[in-house]
Amino acid sequence: MSQAVSSAHVQAPPGAFGRIIRHPAIIAGSLILLVLVLAAIFAPWLGTTDPQRLSPLRRLRPPSATQWFGGDLIGRDLYSRTVYGARISLIVGLSVAVLSIGIGLVIGLLAGFVRWVDAVAMRIMDGMMAIPSILLAVALIALTGASLSNVIAAITVSEVPRVARLVRSVVISLKERPFVEAAVTVGTRFPALLWRHVLPNAMAPLLVQGSYIFASAVLIEAALSFIGAGTPPAIPSWGNMIAEGRVVFQIAPHIVLFPGIALAITVLSVNMIGDGLRDALDPRFEGR
Amino acid sequence: MASDCGMLSYILRRLLATIPVMAVVAIVVFSLLHLSPGDPAHVLAGDTATVEEVEALRLALGLERPFFERFAEWFLAVLSGDLGNSIFFGKSVSELIVQRAGPSIALSLLALLASLVLALPLGILAAWQAGRSLDRAAMGLAVIGFSLPVFVLGYILIFFFSVRLGWLPVQGYRPLDEGFWPFLRHLILPSLTLGIVYAALIARITRSAMLEVLGQDYMRTARAKGLGLAPMLLQHALKNAAVPIVTVVGIGFGMLISGVVVTETVFNIPGIGRLTVDAILRRDYPVIQGVVLVFSAVYVLVNLLVDLSYALFDPRIRY
Repeated sequence: MSQAVSSAHVQAPPGAFGRIIRHPAIIAGSLILLVLVLAAIFAPWLGTTDPQRLSPLRRLRPPSATQWFGGDLIGRDLYSRTVYGARISLIVGLSVAVLSIGIGLVIGLLAGFVRWVDAVAMRIMDGMMAIPSILLAVALIALTGASLSNVIAAITVSEVPRVARLVRSVVISLKERPFVEAAVTVGTRFPALLWRHVLPNAMAPLLVQGSYIFASAVLIEAALSFIGAGTPPAIPSWGNMIAEGRVVFQIAPHIVLFPGIALAITVLSVNMIGDGLRDALDPRFEGR
Repeated sequence: MASDCGMLSYILRRLLATIPVMAVVAIVVFSLLHLSPGDPAHVLAGDTATVEEVEALRLALGLERPFFERFAEWFLAVLSGDLGNSIFFGKSVSELIVQRAGPSIALSLLALLASLVLALPLGILAAWQAGRSLDRAAMGLAVIGFSLPVFVLGYILIFFFSVRLGWLPVQGYRPLDEGFWPFLRHLILPSLTLGIVYAALIARITRSAMLEVLGQDYMRTARAKGLGLAPMLLQHALKNAAVPIVTVVGIGFGMLISGVVVTETVFNIPGIGRLTVDAILRRDYPVIQGVVLVFSAVYVLVNLLVDLSYALFDPRIRY
């Protein structure tokens, strides 16, 4: 949304890499994200039990020395479920970011270079962007059924238009730049033009956009699961856990709070990386 | 006057420009049902329908006819306010949406108000103190607000203000005709929840728009002629920074709409969002489709109003 607007014409200035690895927000965000990724990968070895195992004694138990986050509504270990839940959020975030950038890149490039595709594709993208993203995903999942891959597909569909618009605007502004005109004049082949001039210039804004899409996909997946249109209840996703804790929130708030905090930290770390990248890749945003 | 004439034709042109967008929205929504792998008659009849009912609906839909013919028929019905019938309620979808609109409108307006009250001062202060600790604190808050899932924030606020302190009701909704105070009391936490997330977005754009304006020569002149801080920031700077701020308010309205669906679930508010979530649980697709269309139309309309409001803030804009 606003990020799409503000990152529209970001270009990597020289020394961008140095600024990226020294940017405090990027360092902090990356460290948090690294911890989350490691937790997701090594979940079975982090003092967790089977996230699905029921133990009636644990029902609604508050956090304690042996059950760090307490027990949930039907007696599953909340700590184990929270750690395993990281897997779902990170898989969804990464898949949606990669898929929507891939698809959006193709549509954006076609629209930028082929006039009739531009007219058709961009009208469709405008229409799709007018549908609030959670609702578009809800409608798609209502039709295709709730599964992890359908959730990823549904969120991807609602993110593609933003990427396509961004890539198209990069292509159109590049086409008017002297070095591209020169390249075309001396007869550079199209693949070379794409590879040498267009993609390098699209990299920086796509990197920024990609991190915002990651964050927004994690939020949308959780919201979808929370309203019952997301990952199937059998999978321990943070949204599902919060939805289950909803009915007993007043007597056992920890069931909602632990996955909720994990969710907020994940999104925060990715947003910090996104903001940092925007700062580092576009000097216009320095100190803004 | 010539400028009024220009204004009118601009409004007319912008109104006309929303027609293709809405038409594309309708095509997208219609295609979702008719191009997805399932059988549209089956989806629209619901899980509990008998084979005969599905067959009857299949005939009524005329699924063997060309796609665009069916689309045109459906679109004309939508234009006349016919969004189909709910599987669960057996009532027309438009009727259901109108019945549930009140709470959702109240919630979104109060959330918008809350977010502006929070975001504008925060953004203005941050721009005025740019680079100092106040600015960093304000923008840190904005990033956190932006990262908090609406429903998590909702539960945190309920936990402190309702469960611990007992100041406000935990959940529920009272219509306005049961008295203004009960109505407002039930909406304070929901609109704060929704408003804080939206405010984070607005505060950030307010700060950067204000920074842009504060760097202009006329601001230096205003300072030099001894204008006080408040009139300088509010009258001169904010008014000139208004166009990007209003634009983001419009773009972010989509986020607000998505937030309404989630917030109504957290606080048990019987609005359109709650209707949507119930429809998901009951697999009531006609309702979902109707809500998607209505909310998208609202979003397009809000952004039309945003476009038209530019002239209010910037008299240099002529149409």
